[in-house]
Amino acid sequence: MFKRILIANRGEIACRVMRTAHRLGVQSVAVYSEADADALHVGMANEAYCIGPAAARESYLKIETIIDVAKRSGAQAVHPGYGFLSENEEFAAACAAAGLVFIGPPVNAIRVMGSKSAAKRLMEAARVPLVPGYHGDHQDPKFLHAEADRVGYPLLIKPSAGGGGKGMRIVESSAQFPEALTGCKREAQSSFGDDKVLLERYLIRPRHIEIQVFADTHGHCIHLFERDCSVQRRHQKVLEEAPAPGMSAERRAQMGDAAVAAAKAIGYVGAGTVEFIVDAKGTFHFMEMNTRLQVEHPVTEMITEQDLVEWQLRVAAGERLPLQQSDLRINGHAIEARIYAEDPAKGFLPATGKIVHLETPLPTQHVRIDTGIRAGDRISPYYDPMIAKLIVWDVDRESALRRMDLALADFHVVGLATNINFLQRIIGCQAFASADLDTGLIERNRDALFPPSAPVSATALALATIAELGAIDEATANRADASNDRYSPWRLADGWRLNQDNHHMLAFRDGEQVREITVHYRRNGYEIESDGMRCNLSGAARGTHIDARLDQIAIQGSVVRTGHRRDIFIGGRHVVLDFVDPYDHDLEDTTGGGSLSAPMPGKVIAIMTQVGTTVLLGTPLLVMEAMKMEHTIAAPANGLVKAIHYSVGEQVAEGAMLIGFKAST
Amino acid sequence: MSVFKSNINARSEEFRANALQMRTLVADLRAKIDQIALGGGEESRARHVARGKLLPRERVRMLLDPGSPFLELSQLAAYGMYNGDAPCAGIITGIGRIEGVECVVVVNDATVKGGTYYPMTVKKHLRAQEIALENRLPCLYLVDSGGAFLPEWDAVFPDREHFGRIFYNQATMSAARIPQIASVMGSCTAGGAYVPAMSDETIIVRRQGTIFLGGPPLVKAATGEVVSAEDLGGADVHTRQSGVADHYALNDHHALAIARRIVGNLNRVKPVTLANREPREPLYPVEELDGVIPADVRKPYDAREVIARLVDGSEFDEFKANYGTTIVTGFAHLWGYPIGIVANNGILYAESAQKAAHFIELCSQRGIPLLFLQNITGFMVGKKYESTGIARDGAKMVMAVACAKVPKFTVIIGGSYGAGNYAMCGRAYGPRFLWMWPNARISVMGGQQAASVLATVRRDAIEAKGGSWPDADEMAFKQPILDQYERQGHPYYATARLWDDGVLAPSDTRRTLGLAISAALNAPIEPTQFGVFRM
Repeated sequence: MFKRILIANRGEIACRVMRTAHRLGVQSVAVYSEADADALHVGMANEAYCIGPAAARESYLKIETIIDVAKRSGAQAVHPGYGFLSENEEFAAACAAAGLVFIGPPVNAIRVMGSKSAAKRLMEAARVPLVPGYHGDHQDPKFLHAEADRVGYPLLIKPSAGGGGKGMRIVESSAQFPEALTGCKREAQSSFGDDKVLLERYLIRPRHIEIQVFADTHGHCIHLFERDCSVQRRHQKVLEEAPAPGMSAERRAQMGDAAVAAAKAIGYVGAGTVEFIVDAKGTFHFMEMNTRLQVEHPVTEMITEQDLVEWQLRVAAGERLPLQQSDLRINGHAIEARIYAEDPAKGFLPATGKIVHLETPLPTQHVRIDTGIRAGDRISPYYDPMIAKLIVWDVDRESALRRMDLALADFHVVGLATNINFLQRIIGCQAFASADLDTGLIERNRDALFPPSAPVSATALALATIAELGAIDEATANRADASNDRYSPWRLADGWRLNQDNHHMLAFRDGEQVREITVHYRRNGYEIESDGMRCNLSGAARGTHIDARLDQIAIQGSVVRTGHRRDIFIGGRHVVLDFVDPYDHDLEDTTGGGSLSAPMPGKVIAIMTQVGTTVLLGTPLLVMEAMKMEHTIAAPANGLVKAIHYSVGEQVAEGAMLIGFKAST
Repeated sequence: MSVFKSNINARSEEFRANALQMRTLVADLRAKIDQIALGGGEESRARHVARGKLLPRERVRMLLDPGSPFLELSQLAAYGMYNGDAPCAGIITGIGRIEGVECVVVVNDATVKGGTYYPMTVKKHLRAQEIALENRLPCLYLVDSGGAFLPEWDAVFPDREHFGRIFYNQATMSAARIPQIASVMGSCTAGGAYVPAMSDETIIVRRQGTIFLGGPPLVKAATGEVVSAEDLGGADVHTRQSGVADHYALNDHHALAIARRIVGNLNRVKPVTLANREPREPLYPVEELDGVIPADVRKPYDAREVIARLVDGSEFDEFKANYGTTIVTGFAHLWGYPIGIVANNGILYAESAQKAAHFIELCSQRGIPLLFLQNITGFMVGKKYESTGIARDGAKMVMAVACAKVPKFTVIIGGSYGAGNYAMCGRAYGPRFLWMWPNARISVMGGQQAASVLATVRRDAIEAKGGSWPDADEMAFKQPILDQYERQGHPYYATARLWDDGVLAPSDTRRTLGLAISAALNAPIEPTQFGVFRM
């Protein structure tokens, strides 16, 4: 075994590799970009080296720098993780040239699988089933029609040069073929200047099922069963599970054998994944092979009780595979959810910013969390915005689903948008619960998965109220504690009045509406009035956690207060309110002006006005680019541009004042 | 510390009857105050709100820290006076916490006769300023007033303790480094214009606040000039041109936010010199006071039963317990603050007066605040007592009470009659605060005694002329006197005229005293110099 390895990656996978390395007594060397100087993986490593600026191509993709660090640090091997250089044959070759062991497959395997056409040819030769079709140069319509009849219907005609579905035709029967072909060729010609088409069997409601394979340098190659990764959005996996629901032992053996054959065909070594597309009848076809450890490998680890990173290290160190095929059994069911900083409601727009608050379910034998971030860390725009992988295990799928639902409910992230509520809705939707899986699941269930935003519940509002009152109590007591009259009865924020009752008013913005709450101070708590209802409310906050009683019902949850924002976690739901501060007045308002601030972090890409210009309401003043989208900042009223605080090309933080503006009165 | 052992059975029939009686009185008090808190009635409140203004009690709430207690003063001022036209005397005053600083707030209620000043309004405003001065509390004036109530000008304008004194106080308090802050949230006319002008810092609300010596009608009458109120003395005029106001507020909320910010920047430190402790609740709940006080005022009871329900842990270290037993003196902690307590336990005799004087000297020497619990029918009378010099010993006690510079607090928990009121730190003896319980009575002497004295004089006169006075006639003669004393000795009558700072439920007494002691600690405790004691 190695004494010391370098991990050429960041985030959760770097941490995950280090955990196993450290357990095996292998020292770890981390590399990091300037943006990651305080990252978790840097702190975890025995040694860490900065390899350049934030942009990946100047750091995590810098082959020479990384090889140099590996040599300087005395590492014997390099683990590439996934992404970045993990499937880069040049990197693998450079490691070998530098006398470092690349913890991955041989260079040749990477090269072959990196080319889709070469891989398909090789697989065809190895009798690994491919999606039937015709990819050749012969474009005579009669010939193509005959090929189509051979492949069978339904069938896809695609422009060879195309992409994005343009010109594509689905043909249901032989009779429809000639007309569809003509249409496709015409469109291909006009769109791509090339009317060449290819034919492929159209799979109805396909599933994405992949097989984990492992090979050593001693000629052994085995598989560790399958993973079902059908739940995807825009080819991005969202939920992965193992074993695949509905998989028969026979089909599993067939797919496993095919995957092992594929690996053997290219002389594979180490961990690899053979991806298949499976049609409604269960017929499977080779898609591609990933020559690295997959993001979703933990579900396989959970059901086989193996540590695949340990296997990787042993194989790379020249050891034999720890187990043989006959030693492996599937135990229970595991599901992984990828928790991302992204906004599903806005087309999964990636979110960046600081993780203000992070609370995760407790890791147990049932719950595993693989993450590379802590509360206080930032999700930067430079890398993949994954926050964590949440993996659950239980004896069967139904129980695992229940675990996942509970674990997601306990996963609290504040500071940026996440897909947690979206994941919960998938877990809860009928199609997923009944394992009616295919790659179109999310699209097909759009209505259930993207519900219109509903008003915040009365219980959530009650928690927010207790949090606010608790914060007032705490601030008042803290102030008194810092004074020289610390026990004064003035330190109590119970709204005491002589001979009278008293109340407090709170208001929260809930989407478009403002929710007002009148809090009457009562002897043992409060009586609250909102939306025409009166309820007794009492409760206490312990940090962000709140136990409350609303009339006779005990409620609990968490409220995280950041600025005016209130993130409320209750009953597995995460809702957001904005505290309306009655004292909050923009100072500039008193001189009849205002300013325009950046709605999100981004870059100024155009300025269409000048200082001193008088503009009308709605005049575009400045354009920002953020998250690959353009946002126009327009005049909020008729008025005068007083100042422009940034120039084109500058990066701006969220809330930064962009333009000083004085509205005319 | 000695823990007091109560001899009262909270399950007894008598206790329940007492409690029922007291709770009836308290319920009546609260009902009256709830009514008064509505100010000038539904219609004028609606008009006020329609102008975009906050109601005065909302202004108070928004000015104070969220959840801050508010120790309101003189809640029943002008009660039963001016045909009931001036609830609360048209002004809200009290002590509250702003940015952690205890402040006196004075808030005009424009829903009550446009916030104009009745004689009692002036008295209440001046009393709030007096409290601010004595306890060195910053003053915030939320101004919304048309100035003096003209029909009563002769009782409002000219005298020493009339309207002019408000500005005199502002000037002298500012000189004494007690901050004066005004927010003009409505009209501020004529003499009233000096409230903001005399303040250290002033806020004015756009399109609501106006400050001018003469309003548009007066200007037109005097010079023929036609001008709108806003152009004459609005926020723009005063923050941009005249400099009469310093801060421009968009609305009430904004004005109150600015006022809070101003207080936050005052740089005030409380000069606390008391060895205060963490407060502990009394062993016997304060609510039990309702049942402790006999429904029949003439029935004597042990003052220690009251003390035990007010002080921390019901711990009371008595001084001279065996001497002059008709007065109880001793040390305790109330809400963590050390306090010396003087409580009546019967008629004052020479010994009890001497003992009280001695005890007041101790507290003054040690800088310990004094609490007087008044339940006194008076000094003992009769040949024996006059000849042994009860007036001499009474004078000692009055001297001690008058000169003691430690903060003094008085609660009238029963009767307050004659010279007993003086010796037990009545209004004239400058307690920082003075409250009455709803069962209390205050008079120069008991109604029964007054009627008897007057009847005796009358009978003597009739009989000296050889006439006779039937008992029935005497009864008819005495009844109006009894009625007058009952009416005028009632706490509502007293508090309406600001003979006190308010009427207090027994169960609110501990909290109120705690707040008051803490507020009083904003002023350093001065050393005491006594005058000549008659020995």
